[in-house]
Amino acid sequence: MASTLAACGGGGESATPVLNWYINPDSGGQATIAERCSEESGGAYRIAVSILPRESSAQREQLVRRLAANDASIDLISLDPPYIPEFAQAGFLAPVPEDLAERVTEGVVQSSIEGATWDEELVTVPFWANTQLLWYRKSVAEAAGLDMTQPVTWEQIVEAAQATDTIVSAQGRRAESLTVWFNALIESAGGSVIAENSTDPDQIQLGLTDEPGQRAAEVMALVADSGVVGSAFSTSSEDTSATQFESEDGGFMVNWPFVWSRALSAVEAGTLDASVPDDYGWTLYPRVDEDTPSAPPYGGINLGVGAFSDDVDLAYEATECITSDENQAEYMITNGNPASSVAVYDDPEVQEAFPMADTIRESLEAAAPRPQTPYYSEVSGGLQREYHPPSSASDETGQRAQELIGAVLRGEQLL
Amino acid sequence: MSQTTLPPVEKTQPVSSPGGAISDRSRAERKLGWLLAGPAFVVMLLVTAYPILQAVYYSLFSYRLTDPENRSFNGLANYWVVLTDPLWWQSVFITLLITVITVAVELVLGFALALVMVKALRNIRPVVRAAILIPYAVITVVSAFAWQFAFNITTGFVNSWFAWLPGVESTTDWFGGTGTSLFVICLAEIWKTTPFISLLLLAGLAQVPEVLQEAAKVDGATRWQRLWKVTIPNMKAAIMVALLFRTLDAFRVFDSIYIMTAGANGTESVSFLAYRQTIARVEIGLGSAVSVLLFLAVVLIAFLFIKGFKVDLAQARGER
Repeated sequence: MASTLAACGGGGESATPVLNWYINPDSGGQATIAERCSEESGGAYRIAVSILPRESSAQREQLVRRLAANDASIDLISLDPPYIPEFAQAGFLAPVPEDLAERVTEGVVQSSIEGATWDEELVTVPFWANTQLLWYRKSVAEAAGLDMTQPVTWEQIVEAAQATDTIVSAQGRRAESLTVWFNALIESAGGSVIAENSTDPDQIQLGLTDEPGQRAAEVMALVADSGVVGSAFSTSSEDTSATQFESEDGGFMVNWPFVWSRALSAVEAGTLDASVPDDYGWTLYPRVDEDTPSAPPYGGINLGVGAFSDDVDLAYEATECITSDENQAEYMITNGNPASSVAVYDDPEVQEAFPMADTIRESLEAAAPRPQTPYYSEVSGGLQREYHPPSSASDETGQRAQELIGAVLRGEQLL
Repeated sequence: MSQTTLPPVEKTQPVSSPGGAISDRSRAERKLGWLLAGPAFVVMLLVTAYPILQAVYYSLFSYRLTDPENRSFNGLANYWVVLTDPLWWQSVFITLLITVITVAVELVLGFALALVMVKALRNIRPVVRAAILIPYAVITVVSAFAWQFAFNITTGFVNSWFAWLPGVESTTDWFGGTGTSLFVICLAEIWKTTPFISLLLLAGLAQVPEVLQEAAKVDGATRWQRLWKVTIPNMKAAIMVALLFRTLDAFRVFDSIYIMTAGANGTESVSFLAYRQTIARVEIGLGSAVSVLLFLAVVLIAFLFIKGFKVDLAQARGER
């Protein structure tokens, strides 16, 4: 397959092996990196990018189907971390060479290493790491008399929004973003969705009925029922949240850092007043309990190498180039996706483009990954079914979700 | 209204012909028939029968795509899981609801549009026909997105344009509840496939003999009486074909639900359930069982339609 594609490439390149890199859609950053690394390889390889669907769940669906059919055309994969255990367990990922594993984890934020690991082994190469911050309008926080230099709780935010008649934006849509929110809540309360992990679906123990699980449901309902979440909270996505926050009713929002570049481009395009992003403030993700530090959501993309690829060694060679500090820094500046390498945050250009770079790094160090299990779709799907709409979350939801996910994992129920 | 046909002619066997055997000529004809239809028959077997049989086979296994080694035969257990799950019955109910509502509305609207097309002035007829058919030419996913954007609380125009209607406000979240979500889903389906029904009914209208209409007119029948006593009875076969095709289509509704709600608020259809088990959960065994049950439901619908309408499809094709 690779040689056929290379032949299609034409010219004198027919001898150069082509590495197919399946990427998630971005603003063109990965394609630029691919070109640069192809050039830098000095003819050792050429990277061709193929774009996957927009939704991460749809990306997974396509990759799983192809890899289950031993697709040898998949050399490099941009993988969303929650799906990594499933891919690793199914043997879809080529093992990471030991010496390379050491090099690519050096100086990388902890959450990103955790997200790239399954069964105590590094199975992917950390590329970029995402985390949610608490964004607030400085004017609103000031009017509400909320001291944002100190950690704040969800209760405090809701009260401040109620006092100032502004909106608290979170993601209440029945989608992956709901799992992201719920997981951050339960982790911040000191618990975990999966209390006892296992590769055997029958043995997985969930922690939804424990105290932290109950607290998470409580806070979820508190926010959803606060009357300050806007009129379509149960269908609100990351984009809806960003739009709400840009409007004059915007007060507080939990969201990924893309909202910053989004606001700046809107100013450039003339659709948003420059005073709006000037009013943006940011801090660490809100706490569930006053005295427990929050565990912000962790996301991003790691690089996997397809197990059926004909050029595994070359592909791993390419991952080192792709994830170099220079490439990560440029990717962060041009595409707004935060680096996984700690050193990148000290880059003056990054600091200039992202005044919140230090907060992002700090948030990444504290971030908790979503449940790591080969049965992630079942766990996440079950959570979404039971905790949606978020206003319905009560002290019984944990029990119901636990029963549903357990039955689904045992193959006794549909999802 | 009955049709006048010649009494059936009884064929007499030629004296020389041996009893029961077929003549050389009809044997040759039969052979030619197989030769002509053969390639199409083989293609049909490959693209429909093979996947259906494979789904039936897979539905008897506990089989996860990411864990092929642990594939094991479990008989009818998957069917038991599906049929005892309230989610399955809820999805069946939602699917039937969408089917009944959309097909009923489409039939009435489609018939009206067919009448418009048939009665339109000759010089504007092509324009009318094209205008009516445009929605059907739109890809379902695109139409679903268009309707979703229209009703979306942030990007949509519906809330501001129709704020004068009772129940519609600037803060109405159409995709936040079951009823309103289903309303938009049905609306999108109706908009998209009414042209299909009207096209089939148009063909049926054209088959109604003009002499019957004139005879009824001479007898003093009103427009309404002619519609019910002459036009509709004479296009029964066309109505059945239109209803059958649309019901089968509507029963497999997927795209609009996938785009608009992704199954939230209890709006999952049976197809969506099959998608979720097979594609999202990669539980091929369980998903195949859902798909096989969906297939059986579709076969049942087709059977009921053909029995219920008592229409001979061969007659509809004008073979007899």
